[in-house]
Amino acid sequence: MAFIQVENLEKIYLTGELKTEVLKNINFSIEKGEFVAIMGPSGSGKSTLLHILGFLDKPSKGKYLFEGKTINEYTDDELAKIRNSRMGFVFQSFNLLSRTSVLDNARLPLAYSSIKEELWNKIALKAIDEVGLSHRQEYRPSQLSGGEQQRAAIARALVVNPGVIFADEPTGNLDSKTGLQIINILKKLNQEKGHTIILITHEQEVADFAQRIIRLRDGEIESDKKI
Amino acid sequence: MNLKYSLKTSFEALRANKSRSVLTILGIVIGITAIILIMSIGQGGQDLILSQIQGMGATTLAVQPGREPKGFSDMASLFSDSLKEKDYLALKKKSNVPSVVEVMPEVITSATLSFEGETKQVSVIGASEVLAEILNIYPSEGSFFTEEDIIARNSVVVIGSEVREDLFGFSEAVGQKIRIKNRDFRVVGVFPQKGQVSMFNMDSMAVVPHTTAQKYLTGTNYYNEIILKAVSEAAVPQAVREIEATLRESHNITDPSKDDFQIHTQADLVERVSTITNILTALLLSIATISLIVGGIGIMNIMLVSVTERTREIGLRKAVGATQKDILTQFLLESVLLTGIGGVIGIIAGAILAFLISLILSQVLKLNWAFSFPVSAAIAGLLVAGLVGLIFGIYPAKKAAAKDPIEALRYE
Repeated sequence: MAFIQVENLEKIYLTGELKTEVLKNINFSIEKGEFVAIMGPSGSGKSTLLHILGFLDKPSKGKYLFEGKTINEYTDDELAKIRNSRMGFVFQSFNLLSRTSVLDNARLPLAYSSIKEELWNKIALKAIDEVGLSHRQEYRPSQLSGGEQQRAAIARALVVNPGVIFADEPTGNLDSKTGLQIINILKKLNQEKGHTIILITHEQEVADFAQRIIRLRDGEIESDKKI
Repeated sequence: MNLKYSLKTSFEALRANKSRSVLTILGIVIGITAIILIMSIGQGGQDLILSQIQGMGATTLAVQPGREPKGFSDMASLFSDSLKEKDYLALKKKSNVPSVVEVMPEVITSATLSFEGETKQVSVIGASEVLAEILNIYPSEGSFFTEEDIIARNSVVVIGSEVREDLFGFSEAVGQKIRIKNRDFRVVGVFPQKGQVSMFNMDSMAVVPHTTAQKYLTGTNYYNEIILKAVSEAAVPQAVREIEATLRESHNITDPSKDDFQIHTQADLVERVSTITNILTALLLSIATISLIVGGIGIMNIMLVSVTERTREIGLRKAVGATQKDILTQFLLESVLLTGIGGVIGIIAGAILAFLISLILSQVLKLNWAFSFPVSAAIAGLLVAGLVGLIFGIYPAKKAAAKDPIEALRYE
C-alpha cells in the first residue's frame, strides 16, 4: 500500500462556458519517507496538484488514496482532522500570523488538535529548536528575516509530527543562500526524522535535493524520475 | 478547539485593533447604559411612589367626589362637590359600614402662614384627629387637636417641622398665634421631621379641623376626599361595597353607572402606579433598543471588515486543520466578546449614572429616593449585549467559515 496514490486524476475548472483542464491523466504513487520535487512552468498545474494532495482542493475525476483510503470516504471535518494531524504546510509567503510570536505561530496547529494544552509549549519549543530558532521564540514575524520566518513556518508544520510536509515554493521569496538553508532543513527532516516531503519549485538546484522529480507540463506528467 | 484558546485568540484580535474595537462597542455601551439607567430609575421611582402609597397602610380607602373621567375633555368629572357632610355622617354610622373603623373627611387648600413678619406658603389640610392615626404620625411638641375643636370649629393648627423652623426659628411654637387668611390660629402641635408620607410632605404643611377649614379658609360645604380605614386588609372589598351602598343611598343613586364618587383602595393605586411606570419603562426601553440595533449593525460592519482583512489567516487556519465550525466559533466569539465587553461597561456606567441621579434626587431635591440597582437589569443587559453580538456576528462568522482555503491563502 502506497502512502499517497493517485489514479487518472483530473481537475477541470469551469468559468462560465469556458472549460479549463488544469490536470489530466495524473498517475503516481509516493511511498513514506520519499522526498519528491514537483517542477514545471507556471500554469502547468503543480500548485493545484499540491492542493489536491493536501486536501485543500478536490479532484474533478479520478482517485486519490491517502494511506490506502480514497478521500471521498471522508467528510470535510475528517479531512480537516487528517490535515491537522498528518500533514504540514509550508508556503512561499510564509503565512505567519503577524500579531503573535514565533512560539504562538508554531502552536497554531496544536490548537485544532486533540493534544492537551499543557503539552503545547513543550512540543512547539522542540520544533522551534529543530529549525534553529530558539533564540527568536518571542519575536514577532515582522522582526525576523525572510529565512527566519520560513523556519518558523517549518516549525509550525512540524509540531504535529506530520507524515508528510507539503512545501509550495518554500524558497521562492528568499535569496539563494537563505533558500539553500531552508532546503537543507527540509532535507535533514526527511533523512533524520523520516518525514515525507513533497515540494514545488521551479529552481533546478532546489529540486536537486530531492530523490525524485515529477515534471508537469500543461497539466500532464512529462517525466517522473528518481535521482 | 478549546474555548480558552479561542477566547485568547479573540482577545488578541480585538487588542490588535484597539481604537477600532472601542469605537465599535460605543453603540452597545450607550444602549446598555440606557437600559440599566431606565430600569434602575424606573424601579426607584416605582419604589418611591409605592412606599408613599403604602405609607397610608393597606387598609386605607379614599373616596373622592366625581366619576371616572370619560375622556380627556371630561374635566367636569374632576371638579365636583358631591361629597358633603351628610355623606360623612352616613359613613360615620357604624351600622351603615360595619367593616370600617375610622372615617375622616379632608379639605385641601393652600394658604400663606405668617408670624411676626415671617411668611410661608403651605398646603393646609382640613382633617380630623384621625389623621394622626391614619398617617401614623403624632406631634412631637404639643398635641393634635381634639374632637371638641372640630365640633366648635376652633382655630387651632398643627404644623410641620419645616413650617415651625421657618416661622419660629428656635423659639417656642406651641401656644403661639399664626395668621392664616386673616384669622389667628393657635399652634397646638408640631409634627416631627418626617418628609414625604403618602401624598403629603409632612414637613411643610399645616393641619386644621375640617370644619374650621370649610368655614374660614375655603368657604365651601363639600370635601375633597373622605378617608376611611377598614377593619382589616381582608375586609377592604367588603368595605368598598358598604361604602358604595351607603353613598348611593345618600345620593339617591340607583344606577351604579351614575355614581358621583370614586373609591380608591391601596391595591387599586398600587396597580395603577405599577401599570403607569411599567408602560413608561417599556416605552423608554424600546427607545434604548434602537441604539442597540444601531450598535449591532456597527458590530456586523466591523466584523465583515475584519473577516476580509483576515482572509489569509482564515485560509491558514483551515490549512492547519481548523474546521468550518472552528472558524465560525472563533469569529462569533469575537463579536460576542466585543458586545459583552460593551455590555459590562454599559452596566457599570448605567449603575454609576443611576447612583448619581438618585444622589441628586435624594440630596438636592430632598425626595425619599433610594438607589436601586436591579440585578435583573444587569443580567438582562449582559444577555441582551451577548445576543446582539450573536445575532449581528453570525453573518460575518458564516462568511468567514465558508471561505475556500486556497482562495483565502492566495488573497493579497
